[in-house]
Amino acid sequence: MPKTNTYTLSFIALIFLLIICFFLNISLGSVSIPTKEIFNSFLGTIENDNWQYIIQDYRLPKAITAILVGSGLGISGLLMQTLFRNPLAGPFVLGISSGASLGVALVILGSGIFGGVFATLLVSKWTIVIAASLGSFLVLLAVLVVSSKVRDTMAILIIGLMFGSITAAVVSVLSYFSSAEQLQQYIFWGFGSLGNLSWNEVFIFFIIYCLGLLLSIISIKGLNTLLLGENYAKSLGLNIKQSRFIIIIATSLLAGTITAFAGPIAFIGLAIPHITRQVFNTSNHKILLPAVFLFGSIIMLICDSIAQLPTSDYTLPINAITSLIGAPVVIWLLVRKRKMIF
Amino acid sequence: MDKANQHNILKTQNLSIGYKSKKTDSVIASNINIELHKGELIGLVGANGIGKSTLLRTLTNVQNGLNGKIFINSKLLSEYTSGELAKTMSLVLTDPIASKNLSVFELVALGRHPYTNWVGNLSTEDIETVNQSLELTNIEILKHKKCFELSDGQLQKVLIARALAQDTDLIILDEPTTHLDMYHKAYILKLLQKLVKETNKTILFSSHEIDLAIQLCDKMIVMTKNDVITDQPCNLISNGTFNALFPQDLIIFDEQTGSFRVKK
Repeated sequence: MPKTNTYTLSFIALIFLLIICFFLNISLGSVSIPTKEIFNSFLGTIENDNWQYIIQDYRLPKAITAILVGSGLGISGLLMQTLFRNPLAGPFVLGISSGASLGVALVILGSGIFGGVFATLLVSKWTIVIAASLGSFLVLLAVLVVSSKVRDTMAILIIGLMFGSITAAVVSVLSYFSSAEQLQQYIFWGFGSLGNLSWNEVFIFFIIYCLGLLLSIISIKGLNTLLLGENYAKSLGLNIKQSRFIIIIATSLLAGTITAFAGPIAFIGLAIPHITRQVFNTSNHKILLPAVFLFGSIIMLICDSIAQLPTSDYTLPINAITSLIGAPVVIWLLVRKRKMIF
Repeated sequence: MDKANQHNILKTQNLSIGYKSKKTDSVIASNINIELHKGELIGLVGANGIGKSTLLRTLTNVQNGLNGKIFINSKLLSEYTSGELAKTMSLVLTDPIASKNLSVFELVALGRHPYTNWVGNLSTEDIETVNQSLELTNIEILKHKKCFELSDGQLQKVLIARALAQDTDLIILDEPTTHLDMYHKAYILKLLQKLVKETNKTILFSSHEIDLAIQLCDKMIVMTKNDVITDQPCNLISNGTFNALFPQDLIIFDEQTGSFRVKK
């Protein structure tokens, strides 16, 4: 497209902003470390071993997780909004987060029902990750099986929402029979968390994320064609069923692993594509996809820096911060431009 | 027979259309024999519910025919892959465009989809074709406008330009004149006539503008309750075909003016 060049400047600015946010995110935390020492730690010439440990094994993986989470959720939100041609769609419309919630609820809340010794054995971090993955995978599988029987893409949206309702109901029933302690643990998982990931976990996260990203990039052409509507896309030779399948798999890989490792992070997936479209004012996914990647990463890094409450010992739930920061931004953009761009 | 076939862009043999259900097939029209040649403008007319849309859906491979054969460029429609068909037949549908945030250029450029690479990059050739399509439909000034800024008439022209950019022998339009005022109805159909002359493509459209179609089309397909008749408009008038188009109680066809009149 001829206007592509005009976006180059915005992209350079965004990449620059991303680098700044990345360093800002690493330099802020409950322990204040001088900026000079931060750079030293990257060069491996830092003297304070504690600082080295904090940066290398806590802040760096957390910042990388923030980038993966923000960009992954933004991209899967974009995919869903285009696939369903609905500005209200987000990465979780297919029931991925509700599936993960169900898996985690079964482990945390259900463990009480199965008995004490079993419970302590069950509730470790990896079991929660596995439970979340299994839960979202099973719900997604159910949605896919049912949706392969329907022709209409909109029906898939409704089916996803229905599965969400069912899992929410099961979680309610489980909560009713649980102890206060277990409930608290479950709610804490729901707050989301970017920290606490070891390098091994980040590595696994990264590999699955790359698979999802690859499938999204493959879908760019199909997504652009879908902007005309399904019948036009078909007349242009697009294999709708196949593209739909790839888009759904890409979304579930991205949103599924993110939910498994960082919990159900709200809002980012819905808001980032809108923020991006307001700034870039295009529907071309060749531009939107990298732009959403940058915006998602930047906003997630900022949200995480704020959630850390720098120099204090508290960490606010990331889930609350994303909405507190993100929602006013979207409202402000919509009011300023007076137009919903989709 | 074979020689004649080569000039046929679209040909049907004893085609019957309708809907299949588990118990019985509901036939909407049968024994349809159409032959469309290169460089023809063809209007498809008929009363509401007579099966115009079903016929177009069948011809464009959206739904299957019940019986008979459809040939596009002498090859069975069912033997086309979706990619091949996209290079042979382009459509202008009544469906609204999903994203009105597309610019006119972007929308028309999507017509190049069957020819572009995996990520949809436009080659200089593609851009040239898109510009040509914009030129042919007189919408170069709209090039950088967004679709939500366009009037219905302008949008219709953009959609026609998109079909042109797809560079196919056959363009099929489903009711391109709905929602347009009298002037733009005439404008769009006149534009189609011009395109047929300048590009030598075959353009088939369904419409309720029978009087305009009579004046502009090379051929018309008239769907009545009992029959599907294809002929030149003047023959159709002299054969009294248009009288069978609607029930006789309210309007009658005036052969002198080539239009319908309300009974007094």
